[in-house]
Amino acid sequence: MSIALTAPPPSRMRLGIRTGLIIAVLLLAALPILNMLPRDSAFHVSDFIVSVTGKWICYAVLALSLDLAWGYAGILSLGHGAFFALGGYAMGMHLMRLIGPRGAYGHPVLPDFMVFLGYTELPWFWHGFQSFPYAMLMVMLVPGALALVVGFLAFRSRITGVYLSILTQAMTYALMLAFFRNDMGFGGNNGFTDFKELLGMPLGTPSARAVLFYASLVLLVGSMLLCAALTRTKYGRVLTAIRDAESRARFLGYDTTRHKLFAFVLSAMLAGLAGALYVPQVGIINPGEFSPGNSIEAVIWVAVGGRGTLVGALLGAFSVNALKTWLTSAAPDLWLFALGGLFVAVTLFLPRGLIGLFDRVKKGRGA
Amino acid sequence: MRFLLVLLLLLAPLTGRAQDAFSDALPGLGGGFAQQAEATDRLGALGDPRAVPILRALSDGRLLKRPDGTLLIREGDRVTEVATGAAADPAGAEPLRINNRVRQALRGALGRLSLVSPDPAERLAAAEAVFRSRSVENIPLLEAALARETLSRVRERLELALAASRMASPDEAAKRAGIAALGETSSAEARGILLEARATNPALAGEIDAAIASIDRRLTIRHAFETLFQGLSLGSVLLLAALGLAVTFGVMGVINMAHGEFVMLGAYTTFVMQEALRDIPGLAPWSLPLSVPAAFLVAAACGAALERGLIRHLYGRPLETLLLTFGVGMMIQQAVRLGFGAQNREVSSPPWMQGTLELPLGVMVTQNRLWILVFSLAVLGLTVAAIRFTRFGLEMRAVTQNRRIASAMGIRTGRVDALTFAFGSGIAGIAGVALSQIDNVSPNLGTGYIIDSFMVVVFGGVGSLAGTLVGAMTLGVVNKMLEPFAGVVLAKVFVLVAIMFFIQRRPRGLFALKGRAAEQ
Repeated sequence: MSIALTAPPPSRMRLGIRTGLIIAVLLLAALPILNMLPRDSAFHVSDFIVSVTGKWICYAVLALSLDLAWGYAGILSLGHGAFFALGGYAMGMHLMRLIGPRGAYGHPVLPDFMVFLGYTELPWFWHGFQSFPYAMLMVMLVPGALALVVGFLAFRSRITGVYLSILTQAMTYALMLAFFRNDMGFGGNNGFTDFKELLGMPLGTPSARAVLFYASLVLLVGSMLLCAALTRTKYGRVLTAIRDAESRARFLGYDTTRHKLFAFVLSAMLAGLAGALYVPQVGIINPGEFSPGNSIEAVIWVAVGGRGTLVGALLGAFSVNALKTWLTSAAPDLWLFALGGLFVAVTLFLPRGLIGLFDRVKKGRGA
Repeated sequence: MRFLLVLLLLLAPLTGRAQDAFSDALPGLGGGFAQQAEATDRLGALGDPRAVPILRALSDGRLLKRPDGTLLIREGDRVTEVATGAAADPAGAEPLRINNRVRQALRGALGRLSLVSPDPAERLAAAEAVFRSRSVENIPLLEAALARETLSRVRERLELALAASRMASPDEAAKRAGIAALGETSSAEARGILLEARATNPALAGEIDAAIASIDRRLTIRHAFETLFQGLSLGSVLLLAALGLAVTFGVMGVINMAHGEFVMLGAYTTFVMQEALRDIPGLAPWSLPLSVPAAFLVAAACGAALERGLIRHLYGRPLETLLLTFGVGMMIQQAVRLGFGAQNREVSSPPWMQGTLELPLGVMVTQNRLWILVFSLAVLGLTVAAIRFTRFGLEMRAVTQNRRIASAMGIRTGRVDALTFAFGSGIAGIAGVALSQIDNVSPNLGTGYIIDSFMVVVFGGVGSLAGTLVGAMTLGVVNKMLEPFAGVVLAKVFVLVAIMFFIQRRPRGLFALKGRAAEQ
């Protein structure tokens, strides 16, 4: 049902990609350092660029996780934003607990919104979040568990293709509705904000920004290496086989449900980690993060870059978000046209994304 | 002849006495303050509607008295004699003056007499007031009013008021009658009165409890019917939104995420039609019915353009189609937002769609919801008819079943594709007309329905219009049944989760794709 994607690229090209990636990572790593230079220096990088790039790195991890699910396992998830947001909420709960008595109401334990809503004690699922390791565990476990349940139910019943996509979209939509409710214990439509510190480090300072930036970069490089390694193993090959011909893979004796489930859960955990690093950088998390539009935007990053390539996901995440940041300030009315146009153009003319375009250009030159 | 005479003789005293009581009381109005008040009370207790204009005139200072004692009423420039109603000469007549005691008596009498006023609304208000005051003195009055009341709506209130007044009486038998009558109603207010009475009348507790139980039974039934109607109403909205999808997705196997935007375009077409026809006197009231074909054409044209221009190139690649149509939907939405503004647009309802309708058992339904329910079934019927009985429907089914053989038989499959997609999109536009009546007409009108519509189509069974009907109505009713326990949002979440589990039980039954998508 899906079209044949790129054959393994020629090794010279792979080498080129690797060099490009290393250069890109080094350039990114230089940003916070350049930010510390004096303002009048020619190489000074503004705070805005650093914080925006930090956000993009988190988006790139989300795109990478989606590429693992969509590009390699053929699971077009329209609900990956939900995993991202759940990770973000888990981190947000940790940050809320760290505020402690410094909230506007000065309650020693309860976050402000709970005092406001008349809670007298902490709901059971908030216990433990004061501990950083526990919160980090939840950042991965909660999205992973959701992916496990949804994935298990869906893959077992052999729900594939558009049905799966709509199912995942319904999942994130339902979560959005649920999180908008005040009595869920997650702050209703205001979500969490006014974070004070993380790991003893006051948020909003240049040093905190730099630390979070590097943490995101480490996550990006780590997940890139993990995904790249994973897709090259036998497991990765089987996954690709399932993507291209699920029935055939099943008839060959592979347990497609389990293969897909592993990829989906891993992907959800990565998305959760990305969300967890995203929240302290933007300083807020609210149910809007669950909106189906966010998830589908992530899909277009991957599609623009070229799915099933991993590098394409990064390329797409950075380029589409750069376009978004530029357009939403230059011509806000045009952004949605541009985004919609990207969907149309990519599906019609660039089924293999920017990476496919580079490929074609290269091949044309070689011939 | 003799029989008639006897009858007349028998009747004469009856009518004569009523006549007399009324006429006897009248002259008192011309007397001193004490006499006036007494006469007013007597007139009020008689419950004769003829007294109303006279007492009003007295209260407004329009009741005149000639030196010979004849009472006259002035209404504008006309002066008539009270007793006969004949025109009279006002020369030498003086307006009657009243004091506070008379004024008070007038208020009471007019209040009671409004129970027999010619205006039903006034009677209803009076019954309401009497019901609230719950005084024993009102019993004869209410009995008299009930005897002449014909409107069932007012009768009901009067009966309730009578029963409530009887409850206040010291007489045991009257109380029993009151309890029994209240138990016959299905009103929450009656239940309240009975609960109150239960505390003060321990002797009657058994009967009161029985009456309350009977009210509760009726209230439960009414509530169940109302919930059912609300559910069916929600189901009809879902049906309208999902019907077009059942054609494009269910029959053609083309996934169209811009479907919600076609619904939104239909709603905006309704708005444009309303504005365009506003100044044309003959057509303005018809703007809503005329919007139905207009919305169909607008959405169908957009659908045909989308299919021929873009989707056609992606047949057999559903995921790409999904992304592409999502992008198109985004652009349509933004175009409408720029063209019409992001704020809600006002689409008014024609008078015949406004207000509520009372069904037996006191079930209240809003007219516009009822119309939409009927309308959605009509659209479903037309869709089924179009697919079953028209040449186009036949060709559409042929192409769906086997594209190549259909093509070999001389069917232009490309044209059928475009028409089918246009047809499905047009139905979405029609849905928009209906939704403009109950939802905000805003650029993101469609987004709220798209997921629900897919759920309906998937739940009901892809490719089956009957399944779409059953699916929509089931989801609507289940949603509304859950709402009282779980709230609007959680009910929706529950339904989504329930569908996910339902798919577990019946994956093949629900996902058995027919047509093109199954060929892959």
